[in-house]
Amino acid sequence: MTTRLVGTSPNRVGGFGRVSGLQEYVADIRIPDVLEAKLVTLDCARARIISVDTSEAEQVPGVRLVMTAADLPQPMPRFGPQLEDRPIIAVGETKYHGDPVAIVAAESKDAAAEGARRVHVEYEELPAVFTVAAALDPAAPLVQDPSLRPNDRLASTNVLREHRVGWGDVDATRADLVVENSYSFPIVTHFAIEPHAFMAAPDGDGIAVWSSIQHPNWLQKILAKLLGLPLSKVRVYAPDPGGGFGGKQHTKYEPLVAFAALQAGRPVRLILSLEESFQAARRAACEINVRTGLLADGRISFQDVKADYLIGAYTDIADRVVGKGSYPAAGPYNVPAVRIYARSILSHTLPSTAFRGFGNPQVNWAVESNLDEGALALGIDRLEIRLRNLAHKGDAFIPFDTPADGDWDQTVRRAADLIGWNRPLVPGRGRGIAVGIKSGPTTGLSYSTVRLLADGSIVVLAGTSDMGQGARTILAQIAAEELGAPLDAVTVVMGDTAIVPYDQQTSASRSTVLMGNSVLMACRSIQSQIRAMAARLHGVEESHITVDRGVVKLPDRELTILEVLTPGLGRLGGELTGNGEMRKDAEPDHPLSGAPAFFEFNCTAVEVEVDEGTGDLTILRHVTVSDVGKAINPLQVKMQDEGAAIQGLGHTLMEHYIFDEKGRIRNLGAIDYRIPTSMDLPVEMQSETIENGDGPGPYGSKGMSEGALLCVAPAVAAAVREATGGVIRDLPLSPERVWRALQERGERSTDGRNGR
Amino acid sequence: METRSIKLVVNGRERTVEVAVSHTLLDVLRDDLELTGTKECCLVGECGACTVMVDGRIVDSCLMLAVEADGAEILTVEGLAQDGQLSPLQQAFLDKGAVQCGFCTPGQLVAAQALLAGNSNPSVEEIQEAMAGNLCRCGCYYQITEAVLSVAEGEH
Repeated sequence: MTTRLVGTSPNRVGGFGRVSGLQEYVADIRIPDVLEAKLVTLDCARARIISVDTSEAEQVPGVRLVMTAADLPQPMPRFGPQLEDRPIIAVGETKYHGDPVAIVAAESKDAAAEGARRVHVEYEELPAVFTVAAALDPAAPLVQDPSLRPNDRLASTNVLREHRVGWGDVDATRADLVVENSYSFPIVTHFAIEPHAFMAAPDGDGIAVWSSIQHPNWLQKILAKLLGLPLSKVRVYAPDPGGGFGGKQHTKYEPLVAFAALQAGRPVRLILSLEESFQAARRAACEINVRTGLLADGRISFQDVKADYLIGAYTDIADRVVGKGSYPAAGPYNVPAVRIYARSILSHTLPSTAFRGFGNPQVNWAVESNLDEGALALGIDRLEIRLRNLAHKGDAFIPFDTPADGDWDQTVRRAADLIGWNRPLVPGRGRGIAVGIKSGPTTGLSYSTVRLLADGSIVVLAGTSDMGQGARTILAQIAAEELGAPLDAVTVVMGDTAIVPYDQQTSASRSTVLMGNSVLMACRSIQSQIRAMAARLHGVEESHITVDRGVVKLPDRELTILEVLTPGLGRLGGELTGNGEMRKDAEPDHPLSGAPAFFEFNCTAVEVEVDEGTGDLTILRHVTVSDVGKAINPLQVKMQDEGAAIQGLGHTLMEHYIFDEKGRIRNLGAIDYRIPTSMDLPVEMQSETIENGDGPGPYGSKGMSEGALLCVAPAVAAAVREATGGVIRDLPLSPERVWRALQERGERSTDGRNGR
Repeated sequence: METRSIKLVVNGRERTVEVAVSHTLLDVLRDDLELTGTKECCLVGECGACTVMVDGRIVDSCLMLAVEADGAEILTVEGLAQDGQLSPLQQAFLDKGAVQCGFCTPGQLVAAQALLAGNSNPSVEEIQEAMAGNLCRCGCYYQITEAVLSVAEGEH
């Protein structure tokens, strides 16, 4: 019997490189003859570009290329994962603070920076919109030229798209109490410690592009189209990103760097500063209005949710974020009538993109907070109201969708137990509890190849990106488990489109389930080849042989895979190869183009203490419980869960962009934009899992990397309210905001409107 | 560009390097000496990704000019393992789950190494305070603390 690996926590595969400094991120890769690039941007958001004078920059010693819109194909090619609305470089006007007007490539970073300073742009600032209200003003300037969206009735507005989902008749549904409130969630950014990095090099009759991206194949497709090359002539290398969180999803400056490299005839690399990364990716802000109808016994009779997401000037994946993020707005509850109306609103701000939680934390903040308001008004315990409404396994809580796929009440009860929900509170403290749900991947396509080499060691080819979540380790554990090899005999190759088969993307906490199943399938194919080998070698009918996790079971004995493989391959050796293909096709009639493969479900409970003099919060205990189906690597699950929780504390307590009247981000960079440090942590954090083996992934696993971020904010705000009576409906819960809420106590106690 | 020749002892090895006077120690480590284990992120001394030891003190190498380090002994993450063997701290980081994406890890390790050099038995609070200048967006802070404690307690 081989040792079981699944359910254990061996050292991270790739860990040695990470602790020794040998791991190569994009910025660490050295290729000969490379030119260093620098972007040229303007000190405002929206401006008409009158002229760009590059002559002085071109005179700077070492500068080899200054490229502007005029040097690119005309009309300017545009790209994007949803709508092809983003130009390779600003053309005619800049749309946001940080929108590049030119790129300078030079022999050194210093020369590139000096060249960038000497590109003279004559421009005229134009009126611009930076908030939902300004963008919706009938007199507002349009962010996008209507010609970009032909035959679109909204093209002459700043509303990119509307999303309506619902069931039942909200207007005709009885409620004993209607609670209506408005909430806001600001713009926050990913702040991966690795700033975005790109490199491109002419490669024979094609091009090679390096990017710290979460989906090399999607990037390859976009580049091939823009460059007019076959896919096979665009080789994308995607070294493990130094943190992704969604910010490294979707093409950003790769096309620009690719065109620069082709024009220069040399490799070009663009390593963004942290400030430039802040201007390249962020989460959509959101303003949410929630009307919750409740019966006297605490049952939710309707949810009526309006959510206006402030997206940027180009779509990126933002509208998908809006659609998918607002879709489960009524939560994991059985609600008879639901009306959700969400809008993607364009603004003269940097494009928003995927960010852990994918649009869900915004509406979750509002809807869970509003449920607490209802519970308070009805005099029902906040845990009890959740348990009373929670969907049970198999309930079609979203009528046309995947039924509830976990014992969610078990998760909630466990979190309540861990926080000691019913224990008496020390005066001055408060507790909060909230639940979060997120639809997993709705479509997917993950191919993999597993090679069992002659000595029993294994190479796995999988196009997943290991950006810290530990996919490399999980996939290695699966292959080692199934083929009976030690973990250190497994190599996982990722991030090279010329070698590794197609994978759609690393997003939506999909990889354990989709790529995991693909690798499992590839291993099963090898197992069946081993079975055939064993049948041949031992003169036994194949049907009398089974292969189970590395053990070949013949009628009269058990052999290891290697004991079959070695004689089976014979004197020349060689290898066995298995392919996996995990496909989740689109369903055209589904509002999200597909029912989710699973739901991520989390319950977060906290206990806080508030310094009433300063408004400063101390989170004494933070409990997160996630339904993960099966933890293939329990330590990595805990790390992802706690990491998500801490990232959630960031947007809950401290993070937000501040714009000035010109649309410039005033707190660009690490000094003025704070994220949690080791000094900002809950005094105690407890992360637990519910494992009922009921997920669609290998061994019953589910995706789990986002759950613990979803409902941090409502849990903390509820705890602050219980501790102090202060009500806050705008994030973050900064000391100033908490302090102000304490000053306003009492004035707002009648906010929840009593209705029918 | 004005340059100067400086001498450094980097991870025990003597290096003489002609550096631009405007370049930081980080620039020289990464670009001139090709020691890319030390990472570049915020460039304002807030994130700690570029943490190295200079004559036994931890320094954000993005804030120190290379010429200021002339004559100094530098320890970077590449200097922690000996003969391919991970140091106890490096091993503890792996065992305790203190590494996810790994981009902040080199700085975390050097900061932790410096902490333990000055205080062989730190408390949780002392570790959290000493490591407050090293951001980890993956959020491994508890595990980092645990790893440092385990080394202090001789578990590794």
